[in-house]
Amino acid sequence: MNVINMKESYDAEFVRAVERESGQNVSLCYQCGNCTAGCPYTEFYDLPVSRIMRGLQAGQRDALLSCRSLWLCATCESCTTRCPNNIDVATIMDVLRHMARKAGKAPEPAVKTFCDAFLDSVRRHGRVFEMGLMTRYMARTGRFLSDVDLSLKVLPKRKLAMRPHDIVGKESIARIYERYDRKEGKQ
Amino acid sequence: MSRSLRFAYYPGCSGQGTSIEYDRSTRGICRALGIELVDIPDWSCCGSTPAHTVDHVLSAALSARNILQAESLKDVRGIITPCPSCLTNLKTAARRMRDADFKARVDSLLDAPCRNDLPVMSVLQVIYQELGPEAVKARVTSPLTGLKVAPYYGCIMNRPPEIMDFDDCENPIAMDRLMLAAGAEVMPFPLKVECCGASFGVARNEVVTRLSGKLLDAAACCGASAMVTACPLCQMNLDLRQGQINRANGSRHDLPIFYYTQLIGMALGLNGSDLMLDKLCVDPKTLLRHMRAAQSAAAS
Ligand code: SF4
Ligand code: SF4
Repeated sequence: MNVINMKESYDAEFVRAVERESGQNVSLCYQCGNCTAGCPYTEFYDLPVSRIMRGLQAGQRDALLSCRSLWLCATCESCTTRCPNNIDVATIMDVLRHMARKAGKAPEPAVKTFCDAFLDSVRRHGRVFEMGLMTRYMARTGRFLSDVDLSLKVLPKRKLAMRPHDIVGKESIARIYERYDRKEGKQ
Repeated sequence: MSRSLRFAYYPGCSGQGTSIEYDRSTRGICRALGIELVDIPDWSCCGSTPAHTVDHVLSAALSARNILQAESLKDVRGIITPCPSCLTNLKTAARRMRDADFKARVDSLLDAPCRNDLPVMSVLQVIYQELGPEAVKARVTSPLTGLKVAPYYGCIMNRPPEIMDFDDCENPIAMDRLMLAAGAEVMPFPLKVECCGASFGVARNEVVTRLSGKLLDAAACCGASAMVTACPLCQMNLDLRQGQINRANGSRHDLPIFYYTQLIGMALGLNGSDLMLDKLCVDPKTLLRHMRAAQSAAAS
């Protein structure tokens, strides 16, 4: 474990921002490790979730916002459900991911690309268009072959719509995104 | 039934594509059980997981637009959806909007503010709580005797308990009891609420082959000959990706992965277009043929 110089690296504003956005009190964590014990993603994480909580108490903004774990958390709610201090840990993970995004960090680019392609699809059609989503994802990542075996299974089942299900009110979805972008741009 | 069972129905995007058999069988059993589903007019995507990982207000607004659309319907008891992911988003949005500041931020993204007073439930919760296993059992015409199932709830149907407010968050039993009512044998499956790998099948495939692989191993170890799910994503990971999982882990699973609505539908005597069993990737025909053969052998 790296040695942290707390005097130099404690970012008080960062801790306050996480607490404000998540509505949680991070000092309640007493490092029992329950969240990590139940987290099915620990084997894929670079920082286990209880270490993220500890790093948060220590105001370690840069180390946390650049970790991969944030992008691999599936929001399975195991940590939140089992924390003896009722800390909503999964929401904290969400808030840290929002911040990492804003800071332009995405150490798991494929995960980010998938999210972005998904939200684009909703913005354009009002509903997710699975076929279009996959096409855009593959075009952006250059990963064409990974799921070809699945396409061969799904296509004969006629489960994937070949054309988007545009909804009547798709303009109202576009307006939600536009208002959101405008607000974000102003901040 | 004194209180009418009329609900605003939120099908969710996957119900029109990769989980069309879940949507159809849900509609089929609701009709058979006297639950009236009124589709939310012009419903839109709730944003699923990607939206809340980007921003909570945007995510809540995508759900709230659907709540708003549901509020235009007359005489509905609440909003119901088969999909746990949609359910979580709708319930979390409704809960966060109890905070006036948060609600104001959400409303400012919408065309009109929503009232936010309709309860949100899963179809499973309505069948389990409003009808109950006994009422379902009373309508069973073709029991699933001899079918050994492992009920798998997925991670978010019941968690966190403060928001989902249904069944037990560590050991849920609603599907177990409905399966028993349908005549199936329920195996003791310890990984009921473990994560299947969620939507990482595309971006980080090994996460799904590892986590869903554990689920299949455990179900097989418990003696189950099929798994029962209530979640389109869990079903897809376990069924569509079962070949990938076998290749990655050197396993040879051949476990059909049903939606609980398909199995209840079968017990209620529905078939064909209501159940869409032909949409499942791991073909359940042999298993079901054996079940029926054993039943008629026992009867004669
Ligand atoms: S919500 Fe995320 S951090 Fe918490 S247990 Fe699940 S995967 Fe781990
Ligand atoms: S379960 Fe709660 S108290 Fe325990 S380490 Fe995790 S966040 Fe801290």
